[in-house]
Amino acid sequence: MKLNDIVMASDKSKGARPYFFDDPMAERVMNIAMAVATEVAVIRERIDTIERLLEAKGILTQEEIEDFVPTDEQAEERQLWHARYTARILRIVKQELDAVANPEDNKPMHQIADEINEM
Amino acid sequence: MGDNRQNSIGYSLPPVWTKLKQHAVFPHFTHDERARYNFLSNLNRYLSTVVAPGVQVAYERRVEPAFKAEHDRTFENRHELREAISRDAYYQLWAALRRCTMEMRQQNGRAAVLRQAEELAQRVQETLKGHEDILRLKPGFKVPAYLRHVDNHLMPGSYHTEYFEGDVANAANYDSGLFVTSGGMLGSLTDGGGRAIAKWVRENYPNFKPKRILDIGCGLGHNTLPIAESFPDAEVWAIDAGAPMLRYGAARAIALGITNVRFVQMDAEDMSEFPDGYFDWVQTTMFLHETGGKAIHKIFREIGRVLAPGGLTLHIEQPQYTPEMSYFEQFMRDWDAYYNAEPYWGHMHDLQPEDLIEEAGIPRANFLQVGVRAVNDLDKPNGTQVREDYGRSPIWNVFGGWKPK
Repeated sequence: MKLNDIVMASDKSKGARPYFFDDPMAERVMNIAMAVATEVAVIRERIDTIERLLEAKGILTQEEIEDFVPTDEQAEERQLWHARYTARILRIVKQELDAVANPEDNKPMHQIADEINEM
Repeated sequence: MGDNRQNSIGYSLPPVWTKLKQHAVFPHFTHDERARYNFLSNLNRYLSTVVAPGVQVAYERRVEPAFKAEHDRTFENRHELREAISRDAYYQLWAALRRCTMEMRQQNGRAAVLRQAEELAQRVQETLKGHEDILRLKPGFKVPAYLRHVDNHLMPGSYHTEYFEGDVANAANYDSGLFVTSGGMLGSLTDGGGRAIAKWVRENYPNFKPKRILDIGCGLGHNTLPIAESFPDAEVWAIDAGAPMLRYGAARAIALGITNVRFVQMDAEDMSEFPDGYFDWVQTTMFLHETGGKAIHKIFREIGRVLAPGGLTLHIEQPQYTPEMSYFEQFMRDWDAYYNAEPYWGHMHDLQPEDLIEEAGIPRANFLQVGVRAVNDLDKPNGTQVREDYGRSPIWNVFGGWKPK
């Protein structure tokens, strides 16, 4: 029998889950952040494996990685990647800023619905 | 890298997960799944050596003083202390993180094992070919209520749930992750408890030659096998309520070359298929705190019945709570009872071991109690021990006694 491992892996155990923080929402966010932290460690370990295998095969050395300085073109590509990455992570902050800056585009949806009904 | 030894910066590193011995029925873990466990081992080590000690600091510097200021007295029991400390922000942070690692450990283990559950079941079946006599499961077996009532240490489905006929998933998950939660301190087969008790018995009773040994609540036999190995001429019976554990345990024993253990599904409250005085040694290892308040007394009466005159019974557990133990320490040791889903742990540790042993028909004069430390093959000769972490260090209380001849 094939099990639905994607869903079942996260099954809850019996008994109510204790929340330790005064605000359970903070604990929820922390749990998601810790899971993401795990995945960063997983990626780091995988890169470490690749680097060590490449080194063992004589393709590169740890020093070459440490001493790597990108060319101007490479540097710009990287910085661009960082900028987009940062924007993705801080999406919600930008959107809250938009809301403050443009209140006319920030009406509650039920109000928009009522207004559209008159259009 | 990665043994239980302090490195040049004076920080003790847990062993990498690949130090766990991979026997023939062990689940396959991908590179990333192994890395996930490595992260968790390190997170646990950091929590237990750096974050957890701070809970005591917060308790001493602000929780207790604030309570004293308000009530003009200190705490009168560990429950009152729990109420007060639960409002402390630092305690909350440690507790939330600790709960989080336990849940992640289960999620990560299940994710790895469930995707290969069918293949594992098949491998277990193949390994047991020609050894069918060492495993006996009972169709329609009734799992004790205390086991069905909770998923011990937050393992969804606990020891007994079978997702399909012949399933061993929860056992394989347990086998893969105990190394992570114990920080590798139980050795490369996570059998440090069994090794410790076997060594202690051999050293202290060199003339003791048990013909039949019973291990109650054996799980997948982690701690049974070292005993069977130390007493190769003995007939060892390992009983448990969980079919996945027994199935996997039997195959694991064969895979590790140990053939003098049979795994039988049985409720320890009713061992009537064994005649009176059948065993020379009756053992439990970290089992009693996962039973129930009524069951434990029935189990001890049954132990007394199946134990031969002149026989030995021993029980490895965490230390009992004594009047000398501070309420803070009791509370910290109680933590797993409440928040790591081992709810009977707290109640059980209020019982007196002498009374339990007496219920097995052993007079108080024959009662014995000692402390043992895990025998860990991963320890280096110059290794330093990691500080005690309220019941999660590999140091246990052993109590028991000799039944009069």
